[in-house]
Amino acid sequence: MSGVIKTLASKPWLSGQDTVGAPADVEMFALPEQKVGLRVFFGVATSLFLLFIVSYRMRMYYEDWVPLQEPLLMWFNTGVLLFASVFMQLAKGRAAAASWQVAQRWLILGGAGAMAFVALQLLVWQQLAASGHFVSSNPSSSFFYLITAVHGVHIVGGILALAYIMLLSGGAEDRERYRMGIDLCTVYWHYLLIVWLVLFYMLLTT
Amino acid sequence: MAYADQDTGHHEGSNKFIWKYVFSQDHKVIAVQYGCTAIAVGLLALVLSWLMRMQIGFPGSLEFIDPTAYYQYVTMHGMIMVIYLLTAFFLGGFGNYLIPLMCGARDMVFPFLNMLSYWFYLVSVIILMSSYFVPGGPTGAGWTLYPPQAILQGTPGADWGIIMMLASLAVFIIAFTMGGLNYITTILQARCKGMTLMRMPLTIWSIFTATVLGLLAFPALFVSAVMLLFDRLLGTSFFMPYIVHMGQAMETSGGSPVLFQHLFWFFGHPEVYIVALPAFGLVSDILSTHARKNVFGYRMMVWAILAIGGISFIVWAHHMYVSGMNLYLGFFFATTTLIIAIPTAVKVYNWTLTLWHGNIHLNTPMLFAIGFISTFLIGGLTGLFLGNVAVDIPLSDTYFVVAHFHMVMAIAPVMVVFAAIYHWYPKMSGRMYNETMGKIHFWVTFIGTYLIYFPMHYLGFEGMPRRYYAYEGYEFISESAQGLNEYITVVAIFVGVLQFLFIYNMAVSLKYGKKAPANPWHATTLEWQTPDTPPCHGNWRDNLPVVYRWAYDYSVPGAEKDYIPQNVPGGHTEEDIEHGGDPQGAPA
Repeated sequence: MSGVIKTLASKPWLSGQDTVGAPADVEMFALPEQKVGLRVFFGVATSLFLLFIVSYRMRMYYEDWVPLQEPLLMWFNTGVLLFASVFMQLAKGRAAAASWQVAQRWLILGGAGAMAFVALQLLVWQQLAASGHFVSSNPSSSFFYLITAVHGVHIVGGILALAYIMLLSGGAEDRERYRMGIDLCTVYWHYLLIVWLVLFYMLLTT
Repeated sequence: MAYADQDTGHHEGSNKFIWKYVFSQDHKVIAVQYGCTAIAVGLLALVLSWLMRMQIGFPGSLEFIDPTAYYQYVTMHGMIMVIYLLTAFFLGGFGNYLIPLMCGARDMVFPFLNMLSYWFYLVSVIILMSSYFVPGGPTGAGWTLYPPQAILQGTPGADWGIIMMLASLAVFIIAFTMGGLNYITTILQARCKGMTLMRMPLTIWSIFTATVLGLLAFPALFVSAVMLLFDRLLGTSFFMPYIVHMGQAMETSGGSPVLFQHLFWFFGHPEVYIVALPAFGLVSDILSTHARKNVFGYRMMVWAILAIGGISFIVWAHHMYVSGMNLYLGFFFATTTLIIAIPTAVKVYNWTLTLWHGNIHLNTPMLFAIGFISTFLIGGLTGLFLGNVAVDIPLSDTYFVVAHFHMVMAIAPVMVVFAAIYHWYPKMSGRMYNETMGKIHFWVTFIGTYLIYFPMHYLGFEGMPRRYYAYEGYEFISESAQGLNEYITVVAIFVGVLQFLFIYNMAVSLKYGKKAPANPWHATTLEWQTPDTPPCHGNWRDNLPVVYRWAYDYSVPGAEKDYIPQNVPGGHTEEDIEHGGDPQGAPA
């Protein structure tokens, strides 16, 4: 923060501060642009999820809101997503150590974990529907379907990206891109895990 | 820096038309694609405004304009102009063209994503346009798409039109997000050597801030669009209250239309600045170049851009004073609205002071830039009226509001769009435009603006409501109002038709214009220093530029020429460096 203020307080056109005539050091994040891009994307996604949360909190104070009894299966799903994240972290570690085959194995597990999570979330939907809670039954169930769907779509996007990255793993020249891809996916998995924990907490407690 | 250094040879082998101009990953081609699509769809919205004006000025003269058609015109005109023209043009068009060039990069950091961004934008436009061909036509809910009326039977396009509109917006937001990630990351990570943040031209600062606003605010539109789609398609009650419709109770109950308004305007107000901020930046650079003077108060300008960006997120409910929200909330939002006027006023003063004692060249881009200051000032001042709860309530939903927002966020940014197109046209096309035609275009547009919108303020004071299909039989509207409406219609159509002179000028100059020199305006920023005009793919041949100074070294005392490009090394003169002279250049 102080860096930003310092930058904004500089007067590059005055000699002494940032002398005209010398190329100055350019302030940048010490990260590759893909990682910066992904972090910017997290900003957008966070804004999106926060707005859903705010809408949820605003809507729940209206009279017609009936709290939803969430299926217990969701605890299990959360565990699966947690493990998917752990597997990805392990894959990242192995990729950093250049043991590609082991990395690939953890990646498959990480991807499978995410896929299992999506499938299990669909099962939760089915359980809810079976107990008579449809999307339009009550705003609480409407929000439940909507929010889990939006989160699920983000997971599916991650799975597609992971599939693409795993296709890259073939050639030796793609190793750097492969490693970068694994790093990005891992961070993305962690991000979606955190988002899910926040959403899960909100859904459970209201 | 990794990307900026890398060679872009992998595209250059493919010279086929389709890869060069259609599925190009070159930011300049993508910029032109964005610009042309935006102008095409904007022309349609212009024609819609004529049809609206015909109905208001000469009611019943065109038989095919029934209330349904009229509301569809109103809605489509508003939505197209705000989202698909202005937002797309400033960020997709100018953002794409200028960011890599002004930052000294070879391209955006994610060129493929950039190309996808355009194609998603095109798809969103196609979805929007195809709503003309579905049963019931496009939605006529007004551009704010307020529920419950937007999705109730009886509103034009309630069957299909509204679905197409919401789907189109969702796709547009995805397109914008892809573009926005690129703009931010490129500005942060791909600046050339020496281009510190405080050496960036104000254009880049403003596009950067506007993109941040967009990335944080568009999700609100996305959320409201998705929830409204659920209400429309799946029968949920996010926004839908208990309604008895045509004597029948609907299934929905308990929802909150005001919740939609909060979400919509949480996007909607930053949206004003998503459009206005790039305009601010572009106009600063154009004014400085054509006044041959450094922009006044550069650092203050940067602060003002950031302050406006920040405050723009806490003023949204001033669009909702009549929604029945808490009065104290209204007080809060009125206060923040007045506060945001401060950094905005700083900018207006600084533009004016940039002109002060400048060596002003009144060519077409400069005329439009000065025209912008004028129209933005007038529109901004009426904003102070409407920002106050007590004044807003009687004026709400009258033509005063229509006049206000057209001055401040339609005409003013469009003035900058024109200024910037004229200004950068020589670099983009390698040709000069016809100056006489440009000046005619300016004077007709500028004077026409006032002739059209000044009377609307008066009509608003008289209480003439907006969005009405017909105005006969309302006792509070005087008969003379109709005369004024006829007059506005005539002027509006004349000024509108004249915009085709601009298109003609641009199109013909592309082939027959004088060949443009590399730096016709003797400007300092990097895009004018490219080795080729128009710049090649990769922008900078072998070596990236190196920046030695800020973007505004105009009329530096003691310097040989009246401008020193950013990539020229050394001080201004030997003496300057020795004595640590002040390069600001403006005599006291």
